[in-house]
Amino acid sequence: MEAPILRIAGLRAVFRIAGRDIAAVQDIDLEIGSGETVALVGESGSGKSVTSLSIMGLLAKKIGHIADGHISIRRRDGSVTELTGLDAEQLRRVRGNDIGMVFQEPMTSLNPVYTIGEQIAEPIRIHLGKSHREAAAEAVRLLTQVGIPDPKRRAQQYPHELSGGMRQRATIAMALACNPTLLIADEPTTALDVTIQAQILDLLADLQAERGMGILFVTHNLGVVAEIADRVAVMYAGRIVETGPVSEVFARPRHPYTIGLMRSVPRLGQATALKAAGTPLPTIAGNVPSLAMLPKGCSFAPRCPMAIDACRAVVPPLFQVSPTQASRCIRWEEL
Amino acid sequence: MNAPDPYLSVRNLTKHFAPTAFSRGPVVKALQDISFNIPRGQVVGLVGESGSGKTTIGRSVLRLIEPTSGEIRFDGKDILTLGAGDLRRQRRNMQYIFQDPFASLSPRMTIGQILTEGLDIQRIGNRAERRARAEKALAAVELPVDAYDRYAHEFSGGQRQRIGIARALTLEPEFIVADEPVSALDVSIQAQVINLLRDLQLQLGLTMLFISHDLAVVEYICDTVIVLYLGRIMEIAPAASLYARPQHPYTQALLSAIPSPDPRKRSKRQILKGDIPSPANPPSGCVFRTRCPHAIEACAGVVPGLRETEAGHLKACIRDDIPA
Repeated sequence: MEAPILRIAGLRAVFRIAGRDIAAVQDIDLEIGSGETVALVGESGSGKSVTSLSIMGLLAKKIGHIADGHISIRRRDGSVTELTGLDAEQLRRVRGNDIGMVFQEPMTSLNPVYTIGEQIAEPIRIHLGKSHREAAAEAVRLLTQVGIPDPKRRAQQYPHELSGGMRQRATIAMALACNPTLLIADEPTTALDVTIQAQILDLLADLQAERGMGILFVTHNLGVVAEIADRVAVMYAGRIVETGPVSEVFARPRHPYTIGLMRSVPRLGQATALKAAGTPLPTIAGNVPSLAMLPKGCSFAPRCPMAIDACRAVVPPLFQVSPTQASRCIRWEEL
Repeated sequence: MNAPDPYLSVRNLTKHFAPTAFSRGPVVKALQDISFNIPRGQVVGLVGESGSGKTTIGRSVLRLIEPTSGEIRFDGKDILTLGAGDLRRQRRNMQYIFQDPFASLSPRMTIGQILTEGLDIQRIGNRAERRARAEKALAAVELPVDAYDRYAHEFSGGQRQRIGIARALTLEPEFIVADEPVSALDVSIQAQVINLLRDLQLQLGLTMLFISHDLAVVEYICDTVIVLYLGRIMEIAPAASLYARPQHPYTQALLSAIPSPDPRKRSKRQILKGDIPSPANPPSGCVFRTRCPHAIEACAGVVPGLRETEAGHLKACIRDDIPA
C-alpha cells in the first residue's frame, strides 16, 4: 500500500513556561492520504495550530519544541522523509519542495515591498532551479490558475493593491508554486468575508481535484469542515478527542465535546423557533481549561454533562467506535 | 416599520470620509441615505460584509463620529444638534459594547475602575454607590463580585466580553450598540454571551442595535434585521421573515454562502463572483449589480428605493421575478 502523504505518530509538543514544560499537544496520531482533505478543528488553545506548526518545523525555538513522536511525509519522488530529526537546512528544503503553507492573514504572509509576481517566482527559482524568466512566466500561470483576473498586471502589483480575497488567492498560488504533495492551510478563510470564503473553499477543492495533493485544513469553523473535509479530527485541550470521516462524525458524533460543539453552532432558521419557544441557545458550560492546569483524567470532564468518577481518574484512550471513527470518551457506547 | 413612536429614528443618514491633510485619495462614501427605526425595547440587527458601513452607522448614532448629513433622533430628540454638555448627558442613556474584549479593556485599570469610570464622568453617586452599581453589573453578567479588584488579563475572552457588557450596564442605559460582541469568541462561548445579552435585554427592556457580519449570529437576538451592502440598505425585515423568505439577491447569496454544519448540504451554495467594489467608487444605480446574478440593464440606471414586499419586509431591488 502507498504510504500516506503525512503521518504523525505520538506527537507531543511542549512550551517552556516559567521553567516548566507544558504540553501544548500530546498523543497526536494523524494520517493524510493523497487527494484527501483532513480538517483539524477546535477552539482557541485546543492545539490545532501547534500541531500544524510542528509539522512545518515552525514552533518558536526559544519556547517550544517537539518532545516526542514522529512526523513523516511522502515526497514527490515517492520517498518518505522523517521530519523530526532534520536540521534547519534539510527542513527548509523539504518545506520548499513538498509542503505548501497558507495562513490566516494574507497581508502578514505577503512581503509588502515585493510584487506579487516576485514572491511567487522566488520559491520556483530557489527550489526548482528555474531561471528568472521561466519563474516569472510560471508565476503568471499560477495566478491564472487561482482565478486572479488580469494576472499579468496583478503580478506586477504589490500586496496592498489587492483585496483580501485576491491576496489569499496569491498566497495559495505561492504555496502551490513548487507543486507540493501536502498543503497545510491554517484558518485560510477566517479573515475573509463569507462570500469570499465561499470562493476560496471552492478554489481549494478545485485545485486539489487537479493536483491530488493532501490538505491539512486547520479551522475553528464546523461549517467549513462540513464543506471541505473528507475526515475530521476534533481537538480539545491539546488532544484529539474524536476522529473519523466527516459524514460519520457529523451524522453521529461519539464524544460529548463534539456533540456540544455541534449544538453550539448557530444554524440558520433554527434560532427563530428557539426564540419563539423562549429556549436559550444550546451552549457548553464553563470555559476551556488552561493547559498549565489541566484536570486529572479526561480534560473535558469538568464541562461534560456525562462525566462520572471514572472520567476523572485517567486520560481515556481513543476507542475505535467503528472501523473508521474513534472517540476519547469512556462512555461512547451510550452516545 | 412604522410603529407610532420609535425610540431611535435614523433619517437619510449619509457619511462621506473626505481625504485629510494626512491622507490622499477620493472621498469614501461609507453611508448613503440610510433610514430606519428602532421601537423601544426592540433589537435591530445590522448585517453586512467589510465596508458595508455597519460600524459607521453604530458610531454615528452615538455621535462618536459626525455624520455628513441626515437626522438621528432618540425619543424625538435630535442628537446631531446637541452641544457638548447636552450630548454628554444624553450619552448616559447610550452605551457601546466593542468587538475585541482584549483591546477594549485597559490592562492597567482594575475591573472596578473600568466599571465605575463612566459613573465618575457622569458624576453619578458617591464612591460606595458606584461600587454597588458596578457589583450589581458584575452579578448581572454572572461574574463573581471579587472580579472588582482584579485586572482584565486574569480573565478569558468570554469573561472579558462579560466585563465589557457590565461596563455598558453600569450607567443603566436605555440604548446599547453592540458592535460584533461575539465575533472574537469561540463558538461554545458565543452562544453563552448571546443568551446573556438576550436575557439582559428582556429583563432591562433595553433597546439595542446589534452589529454583526454573520447572519447566523443575529437571528436569535434580533427582532428586525437590516442587510447592508456598500453603504446602502438592501433589505429590512422581521427576523423570522428574513430567514424564511429572503427577498434581495444579496441577502440570498449571503445566506447561501454561510457554510452549513451539515455535510449532506455540501455544494448547494450559490457563489458570488468578484470582490466588493470600493466605496470610493461604487457602481452606478444598484451598488450590488456588479455581483448580482439577476442584474439587468435597468439596474445600472437608478438607485432602487426600499419598497415593501410583505408586511414590514422591504427590499431595495427593482426586480419582482426573483425566486425566494
